[in-house]
Amino acid sequence: MLPSPQASPRLVTPTIAIVLLLLSTVPFWIERVGLYPYLGIEIIIWSIYALGFNLVLGYSGLPSFGHGAYFGVGAYAFGLAQFNLFPNLWLCLLAAVLAAALAGAFVSLFVSHRRGIYFALMTIAFGQVAWFVAIKWHRVTGGEDGLLKIARLPVDLGFEQFALTSNVALYYFVLGIFALVLLGLWRLVNSPFGRVLQAIRQNEIRVTFLGYDVWWLKAAVFTLSAAISGLAGALFAMAQMSAFPDVMSLHHSGYIVMMTLVGGGLVSFWGPVIGVFAFLLTRDIIGVFTTAWMFWFGLFFVLVVLFKPEGIAGLINDTRDAIARRWSGSAAAVPAREPGA
Amino acid sequence: MSMTLFEAQALHMRFGNRVVLERVDLKVEENMFSGIIGPNGAGKTTCFNVLTGRYRPNRGSIFFAGEDITGLRPQQIARKGLARSFQIMTLFDEYSAQDNVIQALPEMRAMAWRADYPVGRDARLREAAGEILDSVGLGARAHVRAKDLSYGDRRALEIAVALASRPRILFLDEPTSGLGASGRTRLRELLARLKGKLTVVMIEHDLSLLFSLADRVSVIQWGQVIAEGTPAELRTDPWVRRSNLGKLQ
Repeated sequence: MLPSPQASPRLVTPTIAIVLLLLSTVPFWIERVGLYPYLGIEIIIWSIYALGFNLVLGYSGLPSFGHGAYFGVGAYAFGLAQFNLFPNLWLCLLAAVLAAALAGAFVSLFVSHRRGIYFALMTIAFGQVAWFVAIKWHRVTGGEDGLLKIARLPVDLGFEQFALTSNVALYYFVLGIFALVLLGLWRLVNSPFGRVLQAIRQNEIRVTFLGYDVWWLKAAVFTLSAAISGLAGALFAMAQMSAFPDVMSLHHSGYIVMMTLVGGGLVSFWGPVIGVFAFLLTRDIIGVFTTAWMFWFGLFFVLVVLFKPEGIAGLINDTRDAIARRWSGSAAAVPAREPGA
Repeated sequence: MSMTLFEAQALHMRFGNRVVLERVDLKVEENMFSGIIGPNGAGKTTCFNVLTGRYRPNRGSIFFAGEDITGLRPQQIARKGLARSFQIMTLFDEYSAQDNVIQALPEMRAMAWRADYPVGRDARLREAAGEILDSVGLGARAHVRAKDLSYGDRRALEIAVALASRPRILFLDEPTSGLGASGRTRLRELLARLKGKLTVVMIEHDLSLLFSLADRVSVIQWGQVIAEGTPAELRTDPWVRRSNLGKLQ
């Protein structure tokens, strides 16, 4: 269960401040712990993607299993805009967001009246169509070779330019975007729009009979989620300096579902971010010892689904509640938490 | 003289070859408490679903406050001032009782597209929800999650959610279903308080409860309205007496 916003949600909670502060120190110590700066970039980009994805899965209860399509559309749009339209970072990012939003809006026309398994199957189908188009439309997408030589365009502020060619500079840029997305989504999930999305997840029929236009709300959140995924895809294309059809494949779409569920996106705003950390750190740490790291993560995923469907965030919440109960010396129920606190 | 607030004319509804409603006429005066009774499978809930927009009738018309609402979608009808409860409870289980009610408030609905407004800071919404919860006896449980409430409290919350939309007419589908004696008594008191202040249409199997509240009752059998009248008239109606429904003191 995602937390019910009963208390006054602040624009910036202590958790948000601490997380952003900690993340801003990453370039100073990441190599000392045996990791590498690019991993930080990857984690932040996937966190943006996962937060956007969780709007659909965790908050609205819509099982979209083809979200890689929008991530990929963003990546390709960023590259194509850079090559063919305007080599300006902001305009290319805008093009990526708009292209992904447009793709999401188009798919939402077909899926918004669906629920459950039918919704899931339709999103998979559209995801596969997008992946197929990316592979076969060689003239535009570069086919299986993808788009190469995508530049890390400089940040142009009008009066000053900052190069993003180094991983550290790019890390701080994507962290800035992450902070904006984080604050925006935090605001959104505690707004009337966010609340009605959670109501739709719990009982779509009831929401309809309360007079809400559920179809439009579902279409809107799907489009928004696709747009954020497209933004993440554009940043990924910039980080990788290329765009490949692989990110649109079914297994890539599955990654974001796994990250979100393992992290606890169904019960926590932070769940998807936790899941991204777990997934990518597992890949890099266990990957040192075995190429079958995905086997172990898959096993972990199965165990989570079987024994703790609320994911890592659910475990954290339970532990915190248990400590709070012990601290208060009572078995009474712990009062409702302020979300994200 | 009271005016007709809601009217159904010659409603037909079929699922495939099966006729579920046939020439159903229903008229509800403003502030009247109406009942619908009938055996299981008679078509009562389908009738509700047609009247509230869940199903579009194959033939016939539905008027609400003089406006033809036939074929409108449930959300459009709800916005005109019709609220309903369901036989199988449909609450937002993970929300607190207060949040369930807040979600149903018209003010909240009007803000549905606002993505920048922190709902938790809005004292007006909490106060409005608090008043409604108080009116159904749930004021002290405002912060309890719906799924953690007792069955009777959940039934009361269903009605609170329906009332929160400030409807002109309220459709209740077997609100006492699954309730024990004390729960029924409590619900009866709650419904008695609504009587005369709000137009209510209620499907109910507990005939003694319904007959003690209703101004008029319609009997549905085989998808048709076979009898209609005041509780006193129905007690002597030969159709009703011949059926199991006639076992009334």
